[in-house]
Amino acid sequence: MNKFQDYAHLIRVAAVFLLGAIAFVAVRAAILPKSFGQYGHFRGDALKEIMSRPLGYAGHQECEGCHPDVLEVKVKGVHAHVNCESCHGPLAKHAEDPTVVKPVLPNVATLCVRCHSENVAKPGGFPQVDQKEHAQGQLCNTCHQPHSPGFDAGGKK
Amino acid sequence: MSLNRRQILLLLPAAAVAWEFVLAGTPDEAPNYNATAHWWGMLLDITKCIGCGSCVQACANENDVPDGYFRTWVERYHVDDWHIDNPVVDSPDGGKEGFPQSDWKDGKNFFVPKLCNHCVDSPCTQVCPVGATFHTADGVVLIDYNYCLGCRYCIQACPYGCRFFHPTRHTAEKCTLCYHRITKGLTTACCEVCPTGARQLADLKNPNDPIHAFLKTHSVQVLKPHLATGAKMFYNGLDGSVR
Repeated sequence: MNKFQDYAHLIRVAAVFLLGAIAFVAVRAAILPKSFGQYGHFRGDALKEIMSRPLGYAGHQECEGCHPDVLEVKVKGVHAHVNCESCHGPLAKHAEDPTVVKPVLPNVATLCVRCHSENVAKPGGFPQVDQKEHAQGQLCNTCHQPHSPGFDAGGKK
Repeated sequence: MSLNRRQILLLLPAAAVAWEFVLAGTPDEAPNYNATAHWWGMLLDITKCIGCGSCVQACANENDVPDGYFRTWVERYHVDDWHIDNPVVDSPDGGKEGFPQSDWKDGKNFFVPKLCNHCVDSPCTQVCPVGATFHTADGVVLIDYNYCLGCRYCIQACPYGCRFFHPTRHTAEKCTLCYHRITKGLTTACCEVCPTGARQLADLKNPNDPIHAFLKTHSVQVLKPHLATGAKMFYNGLDGSVR
């Protein structure tokens, strides 16, 4: 009888620990997101959420599929490596359904100078102009064809 | 059909394995993207950057970056011969609308585009107390916006200042390397619009990526190499004065 009382308290402690462990496992299972640990020590669904973000920029390959005529002009000129959406803006929605979203023509008065205004920090060989001195207030596309702006490449209007 | 004890013992593990599959449900439709086949970085060519700010605008458009906050931005450096260690740096509105002509005519002037370096040993992921920011198998550092508490530890930990606190979502925020684009085979928004090719997304695990030829023939550096963060944004023509 005495012997039984000796380890009765140990059983109680063990029971408390066991209950605690069960509670821990149960609570952990309940609150841990299902996809946790799917790809690493993070919630796997987070990747899916980030990947499911809609596109803003369609990518030039998408544009070139429907506008090969522009591409033909562009590849011959100095703007060959300037992608469509650099100037025309994000147009993934237009690429998805061209009938619904119509792109707006870029404003030449502010567009060209974004790259070509004079700045000492620009690399030396990059074509830069002082807009007032160079064009006397005329718009760039009065003389230059934006898709192939160099005169020697037949870009002059 | 009658089974003896031996047959039942043999069938039980098979049944257990089958039951596992039943519990797991049908696996997700396998996407074409295999993360372990890629290792993303970027090449930033300072000798080509013209400071037009197209990348900053494109990033804001693509990722809904709030005004006044930046996942990528452009800095203009002015270094004169006598103050190599103390460059004058400006970045009006992150360079989003380009840069006005500088008053500095002497010395050295150049632009430095910056963004998250997607470090291999990133200080920001190490300090997160809840594991809300993590590395993907293809070398991109991302944030689980539903897990983030908004404690801002990571923002302080980033030695490059690439993280910010989202003003309305109240979580940490940073460049995702356009993870929604690169996993679909597209390039990032900033690289898509860069008119001079100063930014080029690079897949270091792709043997045909032009990055390999470039790295072999150019002197390329990462930012703050002494911190050994394993940064994967490679700068060509990086001046020693750049912080």
